[in-house]
Amino acid sequence: MAEASIRASELAAAHGLTDDDLLRMYRLVALSRAIDERMWVLNRSGKAAFVISGQGHEGAQVGIVSSLRRGHDWLVPYYRSIAAVLTFGMTPRDILMAQFARAADPSSGGRQMPGHYGSAEHNILSTSSPVATQLLHAVGIAFAARSRGTGQVALTELGEGSSNQGDFHEGLNFAGVHRLPVVFVVENNGYAISVPMSLQSPIPNIADRAVGYGFPGVAVDGSDVLACYRAGRDAIERARRGDGPTLIEAKVMRLTAHSSDDQQTKYRSAEELQAERERDPLPRFRTQLRDAGVLDDAREAEIAADVKAAVDDATEWAEAQPEPDPTTALRHVYAEDDLSAAPEAVGGPGFGAEITAEGL
Amino acid sequence: MAVQTFIEAIRGALAGEMRRDPCVVVLGEDVGIKGGVFLATDGLFAEFGPGRVIDTPLSESMIVGTSIGAAVNGLRPVPEIQFADFIMPAFNQIVSEAARMRYRSNGTFGCPITIRAPFGGGVHGALYHSQSIEAYFTHVPGLKVVVPSTPYDAAGLLRSAIRDPDPVLFLEHKKLYRSVRGEVPAGDYTVPLGKAQVTRSGTQITAIAYGLMAHHALEAAELVAGDGISVEVIDVRTLRPLDLDTVLSSVRRTGKCVVVYEDNKFGGYGAEISAIISEQAFDYLDGPILRVAGPDVPAVPYAHALEDWFMVNPDSIAAAIRQLAAY
Repeated sequence: MAEASIRASELAAAHGLTDDDLLRMYRLVALSRAIDERMWVLNRSGKAAFVISGQGHEGAQVGIVSSLRRGHDWLVPYYRSIAAVLTFGMTPRDILMAQFARAADPSSGGRQMPGHYGSAEHNILSTSSPVATQLLHAVGIAFAARSRGTGQVALTELGEGSSNQGDFHEGLNFAGVHRLPVVFVVENNGYAISVPMSLQSPIPNIADRAVGYGFPGVAVDGSDVLACYRAGRDAIERARRGDGPTLIEAKVMRLTAHSSDDQQTKYRSAEELQAERERDPLPRFRTQLRDAGVLDDAREAEIAADVKAAVDDATEWAEAQPEPDPTTALRHVYAEDDLSAAPEAVGGPGFGAEITAEGL
Repeated sequence: MAVQTFIEAIRGALAGEMRRDPCVVVLGEDVGIKGGVFLATDGLFAEFGPGRVIDTPLSESMIVGTSIGAAVNGLRPVPEIQFADFIMPAFNQIVSEAARMRYRSNGTFGCPITIRAPFGGGVHGALYHSQSIEAYFTHVPGLKVVVPSTPYDAAGLLRSAIRDPDPVLFLEHKKLYRSVRGEVPAGDYTVPLGKAQVTRSGTQITAIAYGLMAHHALEAAELVAGDGISVEVIDVRTLRPLDLDTVLSSVRRTGKCVVVYEDNKFGGYGAEISAIISEQAFDYLDGPILRVAGPDVPAVPYAHALEDWFMVNPDSIAAAIRQLAAY
């Protein structure tokens, strides 16, 4: 459909985008959801020990991250950032390899739990499990970007639960003092595992905390993909101009339990869960694009088939990849150069010594 | 060659590294115009400006966490924690993040930062300006932990640390800052990480120490020499990775060993050295491995008499050596 590449509906034009851009965003939201659902199927069928989910967050992530420059800017994600890392260059195969903990998993080579994404190739920093630590890394990346004059912007994602950690406040403060090119995205799904927002924060909007650090805080409906797009675009442009950080709070929903080891019906009512389903960004974006004449039955079916094929391919391919070799588990404790000396056994002869990487 | 104090050697090496590599930046509390509370960074602000010598808010976790991010994006940060006692808020960033970045990313991300922190007692610093914190960190694979004891080593090891591709915790004993002087060549020499140094040769007992205790161990060796006891003294210099070859080959010759450290005795770094020797050189030992270390109270008390009571000194080391010699 050659004419589609330059076609801009009223909706697209209002955002400075083409219809193809909107369809790409829709495909990413749908793809992220389909991969996420596949991860749960693999978990429930005993093929993956753990799942941590981004369902309900996809629209906000795709919308906000779309304005980052791939291969130039930095993304510092968290464990719900499936849609963000896909938007910024990782592939369904990359995600499924992490899910199956395969040797070629680009995030960690099967060392971390699924959901701890990272890709040196795509400027997506490796993530850990302690929350809010990554926010300081984004601030440091932004500091280096300005020091080195690279013009890069760093964007980090975290949950509203993380906004109660000291690292959150220390990072916003330093970024504010130096007006660093960084965007903080709090994806507020209302729960820190089981603890509701009412017990997490005395104020309803995490975005309001930005005022204490001297830069704008913007609360946005996280199920409105294009509202998120506008918020992300404006914050990234502001950072790139040298005008400093922005705190975006996307009001999202958590459509699944916290993780595969949680049962959210224990602390959330059926009515509440149903109400959240009605705010789901995926059908909402679909309806919006159909109403705008961007999406029709044929295009929707085409994208659905394409997404299904991508998820099936990624699942089959990743599952077939080899597991990590335990003899490689000593590697990368320190830079490889330091390991030129053979690892040495600890303990005397006959002590059944374990091996460490550094001879200590 | 010039004779310099310990802190002059550190300052000179820092300035030299900043001249050599524009990616080296210093950040911490009061490191700018004031030049640090111990003046370790004095003059750097004037020479390199506020873009490379950054006075930070009082946020230790932020100081280390932003250093990690800056290192990932091409800088060589040298964060300063004003006193090692105040490193605890940054513990999570050092242990969960810096030390694991390379391992958890399967070698695709590194974290070249050098965290400088003044530590140690004997300076009337009481509970919160005297602590030895090395044992918390030597436990952690992925970190390197360095403790120089001479101006020469301080400069050479600091250069190596800054140029190292992995995170290094660089601990400077406060009591040494102005009390120790030594020759420091003008050149750009380095002292390799992971290499201990035999600072006195001997045949009957090996004394292993680092930091201020490396000096006290030498004094103790001199004290007992008059009794006809020949002590070999090893300054380990890098606590992790430990130079096992130097330690083990000495103990296998002398057959007796005293490990000296200023920290609380229980679970201290010297306990690990003792364990390794007992595992790997047991057949060579003619006596128990003794530890001379700080008492097991929470930290160094303030009053002069109490601080003196806490601190390991040449006499207490000499007493242990005599006890072991008679074994």
